[in-house]
Amino acid sequence: MAEILVLVDHVDGQVRKTTLELLTLAARAGEPAAVFLGSGYGAARDTLGAHGAGKVYVVEAGEFEQFLVVPKAEALAHIASSSGAAGVLVTSSPEGKEIAARLAVKLGSGVITDAVDVAADLSTTQSVFAGGYTVTAAVTTGTPVITVKPNAVTPEPAPATPVEEKVAVAFTAAATRARIVDRAPRAATGRPELTEASIVVSGGRGTGGDFAPVEALADALGAAVGASRAAVDLGWYPHAYQVGQTGKTVSPQLYLAAGISGAIQHRAGMQTSKTIVVVNKDPEAPIFAMADFGVVGDLHTVLPQATAEIEKRKG
Amino acid sequence: MRIVTLVKYVPDATAYRSFAADNTTDRAGVDGLLSELDEYAVEEALKIAEAGDGVEVVALTVGPAGADAALKKALQMGAGAAVHVVDDALHGSDALATARVLAAAIGKIGSVDLVLTGMASTDGGMSVVPAMLAELLRWAQVGFVGELSVSGSLVTARRDGDTASETIEAGLPAIVAVTDQINEPRYPSFKGIMAAKKKPVQTWGLADLDLDPATVGLGAAWSVVREVVKRPERAAGMVVTDEGDGGVRLAEFLADQKFI
Ligand SMILES: Cc1cc2nc3c(=O)[nH]c(=O)nc-3n(C[C@H](O)[C@H](O)[C@H](O)COP(=O)(O)OP(=O)(O)OC[C@H]3O[C@@H](n4cnc5c(N)ncnc54)[C@H](O)[C@@H]3O)c2cc1C
Ligand SMILES: Nc1ncnc2c1ncn2[C@@H]1O[C@H](COP(=O)(O)O)[C@@H](O)[C@H]1O
Repeated sequence: MAEILVLVDHVDGQVRKTTLELLTLAARAGEPAAVFLGSGYGAARDTLGAHGAGKVYVVEAGEFEQFLVVPKAEALAHIASSSGAAGVLVTSSPEGKEIAARLAVKLGSGVITDAVDVAADLSTTQSVFAGGYTVTAAVTTGTPVITVKPNAVTPEPAPATPVEEKVAVAFTAAATRARIVDRAPRAATGRPELTEASIVVSGGRGTGGDFAPVEALADALGAAVGASRAAVDLGWYPHAYQVGQTGKTVSPQLYLAAGISGAIQHRAGMQTSKTIVVVNKDPEAPIFAMADFGVVGDLHTVLPQATAEIEKRKG
Repeated sequence: MRIVTLVKYVPDATAYRSFAADNTTDRAGVDGLLSELDEYAVEEALKIAEAGDGVEVVALTVGPAGADAALKKALQMGAGAAVHVVDDALHGSDALATARVLAAAIGKIGSVDLVLTGMASTDGGMSVVPAMLAELLRWAQVGFVGELSVSGSLVTARRDGDTASETIEAGLPAIVAVTDQINEPRYPSFKGIMAAKKKPVQTWGLADLDLDPATVGLGAAWSVVREVVKRPERAAGMVVTDEGDGGVRLAEFLADQKFI
């Protein structure tokens, strides 16, 4: 069976959950082979092996940290060509999509972005037009390059002992044209990563700027916190937490929207959530149309009461 | 300095969007407009032009006959000239074919220092065209940019990523994709609307770009949409009005659904 390459998304060897999802999807279509670019492989080896990576291509080079995506695209293209891989899976993040775009051009391959599922024949499912349609598609030319959204699948344990293959890549002049001159890591919140969380509690303009009730409920549920663009534009919450067309797409088991009206651009980022709960004081708010459960009321009283009740039930 | 700002003509996101019989985006049955996310690129180009001397802003679109509406909006906002690439053979082009056509048009415009684009088109929304274009032109590219400055032959960009906030430097020529955090796009003024009528709009076909029609369009696409299914409407859920117990009832629902 041919290899399906999975680009490992990691920070210093800490593998992000989406990579494990990609390994699980890759196993449907062939032999999952991880591509690890940068430093920290030692910390990643066991996690990758535990999720089915029978092989790991490791490229260590300072270029990955100093420059934008081009060195990564070049390394991946090199490995994709030399390994004869049958497909390449990359996480759907802004960086992942740029890598996929460049890789597709280099390989002369078709590219599909934002898949929410990948089948054994590497055909994909996507959700388009703000979640209004489900599309099945397939790459017809070259080695399929597919970017996959977080939460497409539950990562399955599949113990393997990865065979490590160190690869040296000669980068071109194009690799060094965009240089990272400063990088400030985002402070950890202690909450789950927004795009990976199984529960998300989001606040909008209706919070009036006070996200404390949203955060307290999120913490009671072990959830991530999200925000509407209105709340972000008003400076109430950082942009990294924005849910929607120009923010993050989330697809959790439970999405709770408090003080959010439900504009199409917001719905685009949360429409595929399994269960949707709404708290809004306006019974006419469009978001109620998508709610599995809704409370018409003031979030400043409803959320704290819900939080207290959850704490009580947890004992 | 010459800046090209890419503008895509897209179906209105707040209208009813659907697919044509050949599974391509239906562009005939719905009102189109300049993709909102490209307005941020136009605005940023205008700001750079206003801050410097001798900066020329050219809006470029690849799209069907109606796509000149997107150019018109960019000209009304303040772009100096526009180019429309239109050709029957382009229908159904995938991202790579679009990028090839854009690259050829940028080559024909000539002496381009900076290309500004939106972070994604609001219809296809793949966020791949800027990177593909950079790969084809072999230029530097920075995506997801929330703050931009240009000095001499260097662009400096800042962006907030998933795990870090980054500052990036790239030499010109470069392609920069901007987010909706970067500025507040202006509305065309009455003066701008009047002035736009006199601005030059060039219309080019594939032959003008020396491109083979067989390399673009639906037939040449490297991926195929097999099926489109309208997502079923979500079944109406239960909505209760808070009468002092709304929070408790919410918690009960979550407990019933095994979230707690
Ligand atoms: C190009 C473009 C991209 C965009 N991208 C995004 C995006 O990525 N994400 C996004 O979210 N938006 C996006 N938007 C903006 C979007 O159109 C809406 O403006 C935005 O989502 C509104 O945010 P909101 O629901 O918080 O605010 P509003 O629409 O003002 O709604 C606030 C809601 O809170 C309710 N409320 C008020 N007080 C209370 C209270 N005390 N208790 C309970 N409820 C209360 C109100 O009834 C109302 O329904 C985008 C827009 C454009 C043009
Ligand atoms: N047909 C087109 N004409 C002009 N610009 C385009 C076209 N398609 C994409 N772009 C530009 O590329 C950006 C990203 O597009 P996409 O990769 O389709 O999400 C858009 O915001 C536009 O600036």
